[in-house]
Amino acid sequence: MQKMLKAGIAVTIAVSSFASIAKSINGAGASFPAPVYRVWTYNYKQAKKVKVNYQSVGSGAGINQIKSKTVDFGASDKPLKKAELDKFGLVQFPMLMGGVVVVANIPGIKNNQLKLDGLTLAKIFSGEIRRWNHPTIVSMNLGTEIPAMPINVVHRSDGSGTTWIFTNYLCKVSPNWEKTIGCGKSVKWTAGYGGQKNPGVANNVKKLSGAIGYVEYTYAVEAKLNTIQLKNKAGKFVKPDIKSFQSAGASADWENAPGYYMVLTNKAGAKSWPITGVTYILMYKKQKNAAEAKSLLKYFDWCYKQGASVAEKLKYVPIPKSVIAMVEKSWGKEITVNGKKVWQP
Amino acid sequence: MATLKKQLINPEKFDKVFKSLCAGSALLVSLLMAGLFIQLVYYALPAIRTFGFKFLISSEWDPVNNIYGALPAISGTLLTTAIALIIAVPISFIVAMYLVESASPKLSTPISFALDLLAAVPSIIYGMWGLFIFVPFMQKFFKSLFGIDYSGFGFLTGGIILAFMILPFICAIMRDVFKLVPSVTKEAAFGAGSTHWEVSYDISMKYGAKGLLGAVFLGLGRAVGETMAVLFVIGNVQNVPKSLFGRGTTIAATLANNFSEAEGILKSSLFELGLILLVMSLGVQVLGQLWLNRVSRQMGEK
Repeated sequence: MQKMLKAGIAVTIAVSSFASIAKSINGAGASFPAPVYRVWTYNYKQAKKVKVNYQSVGSGAGINQIKSKTVDFGASDKPLKKAELDKFGLVQFPMLMGGVVVVANIPGIKNNQLKLDGLTLAKIFSGEIRRWNHPTIVSMNLGTEIPAMPINVVHRSDGSGTTWIFTNYLCKVSPNWEKTIGCGKSVKWTAGYGGQKNPGVANNVKKLSGAIGYVEYTYAVEAKLNTIQLKNKAGKFVKPDIKSFQSAGASADWENAPGYYMVLTNKAGAKSWPITGVTYILMYKKQKNAAEAKSLLKYFDWCYKQGASVAEKLKYVPIPKSVIAMVEKSWGKEITVNGKKVWQP
Repeated sequence: MATLKKQLINPEKFDKVFKSLCAGSALLVSLLMAGLFIQLVYYALPAIRTFGFKFLISSEWDPVNNIYGALPAISGTLLTTAIALIIAVPISFIVAMYLVESASPKLSTPISFALDLLAAVPSIIYGMWGLFIFVPFMQKFFKSLFGIDYSGFGFLTGGIILAFMILPFICAIMRDVFKLVPSVTKEAAFGAGSTHWEVSYDISMKYGAKGLLGAVFLGLGRAVGETMAVLFVIGNVQNVPKSLFGRGTTIAATLANNFSEAEGILKSSLFELGLILLVMSLGVQVLGQLWLNRVSRQMGEK
């Protein structure tokens, strides 16, 4: 009995001393960039022996968790406005850009064969256009045989940053959508089927013949779903891929974006994908522990610099170098422990 | 250590300690229940104040303008539960009766074993099975047999999956209830010339009425609150059911879908939905108890 007790104490001491050396970093939020964050945390553990836990619980939950201080950083696809950031003493900076793509399951239609414009897309998702062989769709796709079948709309059943990006785009291209449905992490869906998270939507589109839905690009590639081309602001039909996401990202004017508030939907540029989004990291300006704050910022710095290739492999667009310099400069200015600066860029 | 042992073994003291321990545990259960109820009411208050009684009868669900109504979720819950019970209760009754009354032990032992195993399968498994196998099956079944374009997602599919889920559960309890019927009573009835059906219906069923009803209510309780198995196949739109093939949602599915992202009045509305679910379960319990009392009065018990 005593031996066991001693052994137990020894183990406890060993574990707790180990824990105090390598404090892990905890984050939670958006599921949109989660495929990249998963690889980053693994690689970072291998390279720097620091453990990062990221829970992909959704943007809203990420914001709630950082506000209630249960995590070291939050992640969100929906940027917070400068006023809200200041109110809670938070800083926000962009981590990745990526595309929300429209996927469809129509018999006989190949990948990127179908073309739609934003207004038609809004009409489909509001249930105004109910059949694939509707004159508007047919006239946009002359030369493509479109089957006469009902459209099954698939959307997110849970609140989601992906939905926010998607409905933000629909609001910009369709006044009617803005008036009747609006833009939000979840909205009043008048048509269709709800799927749980990105994989749920991908799955339902796969299951339902004649289905159309929206997911983050990686999930469409993973599920081998057919994407469709969209008409962008310049009036050109574009395929969703990393090039068209990059083109949309290049048009962003970060210098004049207070709190890095940036929405990349319906951006100018002949090659720009119209439904591009930015995903953000949120953390407190006033940190409690200098060592922990430094290790957190070191991790983000590593993500920006060493993580870019991984992000590109997973079809996300890394943040441009000039913007990284801007962000790291603002860390140096804004993030403090007891009034002392933590980061020297 | 030794004195402690002595003190514990001292029967009078031991009894006292044991008694207060039991009373404390029992009290804890009721405290938990009361606490849960108070907390739900507390968090639901903003929604109750904002929407009032209209919350219960409105089918509006608009997260952008923050207007919420519970009718789609409540009606969806009632419909799927009704479908599940209509299918599951008669079948489990017949199966349980067969297992106890007429099956040979060689057959009834393995079936019983399988039944217990099925009753222990986590509901998410039923949900996954529903999504990957049952939804496509329903699609093809209705298309080829009746020519109906049913997507496979909707109340009917949700209700049937719930039925599969609660069937082994209800059946296992019913079987145990039937087993409790004294064989002397049954043998007496057989001796008086009763048929198998008469013995089952007049003796076993009436003897075990309470237990059988209890089984139904346990199944009902499980069906009302079931989340994952339904969420995968119900369609997840805030629609009031118009047909069995329609798509909609249930209270539990609405909660699971929206809770992690919810804030403000939406969160409060979700708490009110939870409160409604709790009250519904309570109502079922009370109704069940009333009915049991009536049944036992009719049978001349007190």
